[in-house]
Amino acid sequence: MRQTESRWMVTLVLCAAVMLGMAHSHAWAKEPYRIGGVFSITGASSFLGDPEKKSMEMAIEEINARGGIDGHLLEAVIYDDEGDPTKAVLNATKLISKDNVIAIIGPSLTPTTLAIVPMVEKEKIPLISCAAGIKITEPVKPFVFKTAQSDVLAVNAIYSHMKKGKLQKIGIITVANAFGESGQEQLNAQAAKYGIEIVQSESFGAKDTDMTAQLTKLRSANPQAIVCWGTNPGPAVISKNIQQMNMKMPLYQSHGVASPKFLELAGDAAEGTYLPTGKILVTGQLAEGDPQKPVLQHYVQEFEKKYQMPVSGFGGYAYDAVHILAKALPGTEGNKEKIRDSLEKVRGLVGVTGTFNFSPTDHNGLGEDAFVMVQIQKGNWKLLEK
Amino acid sequence: MLQEVLQYFFSGVTNGAIYAVIALGFTMLFGTTGLINFAQGEFVMLGALGLITLWKGLDLPLWLAFVLSTAGVAATGLLLERLAIRTVRKPHPIVLVIITIGASILLKGIAMLAWGKDARSAPPFSRHPPLEVAGATLLSQSIWIIVIVVLVVLALQAFYRKSLTGKAMQACAINQKAALLIGIPSERMTLLAFALSAGMGGIGGILVAPVTMSSYDMGMLLGLKGFCAAMLGGLGSSWGAVLGGMLLGILEALGVGLFSSSLKDAIAFFLLLGILYLRPSGILGEKAVHRF
Amino acid sequence: MRQFTFAAAILALGLTVSQSYHLQLLTFIGIHTLLALGLNMLMGYAGQISLGHAAFYGLGAYGTGILTVHWGFSPWAGLPLTLALTFVVAFLVALPMLKLSGYYLGMGTLGFGMIAFVVFREWSSLTGGDSGLVGIPALDVGGVSLSSGKAGYFLVWACVLLAFFACERVVDSRVGRALRAIHDSERAAAAMGIDTSRLKVWVFVFSALLASLAGFLYAHLVTFISPNSFDFLVSVRIVTMVVIGGMASIWGSLLGAAVLTILPEWLHVFTDYEMVVYGLILMTIMIFLPQGLTRGILDIHERSKRKDTAASSAPRS
Repeated sequence: MRQTESRWMVTLVLCAAVMLGMAHSHAWAKEPYRIGGVFSITGASSFLGDPEKKSMEMAIEEINARGGIDGHLLEAVIYDDEGDPTKAVLNATKLISKDNVIAIIGPSLTPTTLAIVPMVEKEKIPLISCAAGIKITEPVKPFVFKTAQSDVLAVNAIYSHMKKGKLQKIGIITVANAFGESGQEQLNAQAAKYGIEIVQSESFGAKDTDMTAQLTKLRSANPQAIVCWGTNPGPAVISKNIQQMNMKMPLYQSHGVASPKFLELAGDAAEGTYLPTGKILVTGQLAEGDPQKPVLQHYVQEFEKKYQMPVSGFGGYAYDAVHILAKALPGTEGNKEKIRDSLEKVRGLVGVTGTFNFSPTDHNGLGEDAFVMVQIQKGNWKLLEK
Repeated sequence: MLQEVLQYFFSGVTNGAIYAVIALGFTMLFGTTGLINFAQGEFVMLGALGLITLWKGLDLPLWLAFVLSTAGVAATGLLLERLAIRTVRKPHPIVLVIITIGASILLKGIAMLAWGKDARSAPPFSRHPPLEVAGATLLSQSIWIIVIVVLVVLALQAFYRKSLTGKAMQACAINQKAALLIGIPSERMTLLAFALSAGMGGIGGILVAPVTMSSYDMGMLLGLKGFCAAMLGGLGSSWGAVLGGMLLGILEALGVGLFSSSLKDAIAFFLLLGILYLRPSGILGEKAVHRF
Repeated sequence: MRQFTFAAAILALGLTVSQSYHLQLLTFIGIHTLLALGLNMLMGYAGQISLGHAAFYGLGAYGTGILTVHWGFSPWAGLPLTLALTFVVAFLVALPMLKLSGYYLGMGTLGFGMIAFVVFREWSSLTGGDSGLVGIPALDVGGVSLSSGKAGYFLVWACVLLAFFACERVVDSRVGRALRAIHDSERAAAAMGIDTSRLKVWVFVFSALLASLAGFLYAHLVTFISPNSFDFLVSVRIVTMVVIGGMASIWGSLLGAAVLTILPEWLHVFTDYEMVVYGLILMTIMIFLPQGLTRGILDIHERSKRKDTAASSAPRS
């Protein structure tokens, strides 16, 4: 009896092992899904592209560690466009024709994204952009999605906060590139809705060394608050200049500076600055019930462990893009049209940037809750009450 | 209104003084060697990042960091001359220009590896409160910048007028072959001009570091502005470089103040073109024809 | 004969290369060749520098972009208008500008390039501003779209071929000889009865037109343009193409454009070291082949041939 029992056991174990092995070898035998990435890893926008590339690789490792999708592992092919639209086009062509990717994540910037949109539309490749520009998903293009919050949400967050503080006359200063231009458009477009008047509008070059001239002009218009829209390092110079010129009105920065680097660059000149940001900067201060909290904690911890560098909000765009794609992929067998269809059906995906609810009319899928207002207090971010 | 105009003026003079030092680097190299160095902006960047590392990173006293950083940049200029410029057979001016463009990419690449992609900031040289002049604020750093630039220009003038080496450099500038004939080692003069002009760029970087944020890619714009200032003043003229730099800085600031900040570059360049049209060799430049 | 070989090479390459990435790369090389060719006429033959050529490249792209997107023109109707616009602008710029010489001309053209860049960026109601102009239509001939990789390749290289032909004719003509005379000595040329200032203006306009044509092709092939594709760095890159390839050499423009387009693609493997390697390569080429690649390669070839003949004629022991 004993013998039969043990024989059964051995047979069972063997069977299980064979089955597992088959399943395993089956998994390996399946072609991996190749996902393309195009980011501005070097050049002026490397502060976006570099964490995006790292986050994409990290997300793909996570999914592969779970066994991939339908037995397919994911494989990333990532190229650097240096922020140049021509290079972005070349990279996208290479991904589509040479690497045969089933979807593309990126590029990091609005112009580079818009440059490859006609191509992905023609080739019918799903694209999940990490750029913020509203032109990317409005009007909706069948194959183009994006994970970065549109600037209109950031403007709404700023204006709501101003309305509570009864600030009505503001001056704005925006950087002379696609990011600043989009911010300026939205600041102008939303102002009336919140009863806000823009009394003076200025711009600065991304590499300008000193902005006191623009600030002098702003000051002479007597605004109650100033909104600065740019990415590091320009806004840090503006914070410094404002402090030096002893201008006391509150300063609002955009989410473009939402990284620890800004605190370091602007130093004590950043004290008291308000800005909208993804929740990532204040992960520890979020309420326990916040659905994003565990996702954020996981992301921050893993990113900092893996790359030994402080986390910014920008890498999350690529991290979310991979996870959105992973949610859309099962059952599509890598068919691009099916992936597209199922991307439109992704609902309630809690990501680093926010909760995504895609639909045929909304290819960004983020709600107002993607932004919180924070204030810089004692050299750190302080979450403000809604 | 007066208050604002004064403020624009201060802002313009501060930026202008920085452009002026950079332009001095261009113009003195051109004077001695007839060469325009497109890597000049990279020397500015090296000066700024070098200062931040030495002063804030290694906690050296400011004066020592200043001297070491300038010397380091000057040594880089020397290396550039020795390793790249000198080695070209049959140098054609445009070939040397392309070599310096290559050098600027190389230096930028090295700086990116050494200092990373992120920007860095430096505190002002001294923590004095800003001066109030008729309602306009003049920062202590601006005063530092203007004083140091004036000192540099005076020292350069003294060097050219009083010292034998300076006179020899002037002689090379006027006629290199004749200088060689009377026994001036023109090769050594070229080397010296490279070192001095790179050092000048380095000083520009050191001065600008506390004003702005410094990163590996800051050099292009500053180099471009310095080049414009040098051309505007007239290549080969030290006072021209100072004048050109100041004019460019003030034009930019007034362009922001009186017209529009988004058009400030266009306004500044439009006026520059007008001046060049009236004075095709710069304001203080001598008529000289160089072709490619 | 040379034209024929070149045409055959273009055709053969176009028929054998099938991967769209390679076709796209070749297409961009073609566009850059047009740019370099135009500037080479100005720099190599007439001895005048331009540090603002990207402005004309942008003028071509934005001209046709605005006409087709905002005013509903067909690209083919837009082309002559765009070229006419470039002609007028280049002429008006050249008249005062070519009073300048040497580095001052460099400065003047640089200033013009900067102003054009600001216009592309700030006139956002027409140009789409910094985030770019979307919705430029692809080219088509009688309903057949030319937007595919292959058609684009043939279109661009047909233009390059025509431009080569035109440039060779110019270079070998009386005008070409006059240009070279200006290059060597403007005063001597004037003394020989050459109307130097008029000729310089025409060369400037010609090279601007080639750049504008390149811009037109770029706009319709990529179907999107943004100001950063036409900034100062692009002007510098065109100058570098000309010098690396070899000044006063029509084939040098092709070589320079090819090297400077392909090199960055290859250097991606160096990731963070890319800039260092790229800078070193540029410097090395210029240090060892100051006449540019074309002349340099020919020299090396001739030297090795001489060595070969010397070696073969040497008595063997």
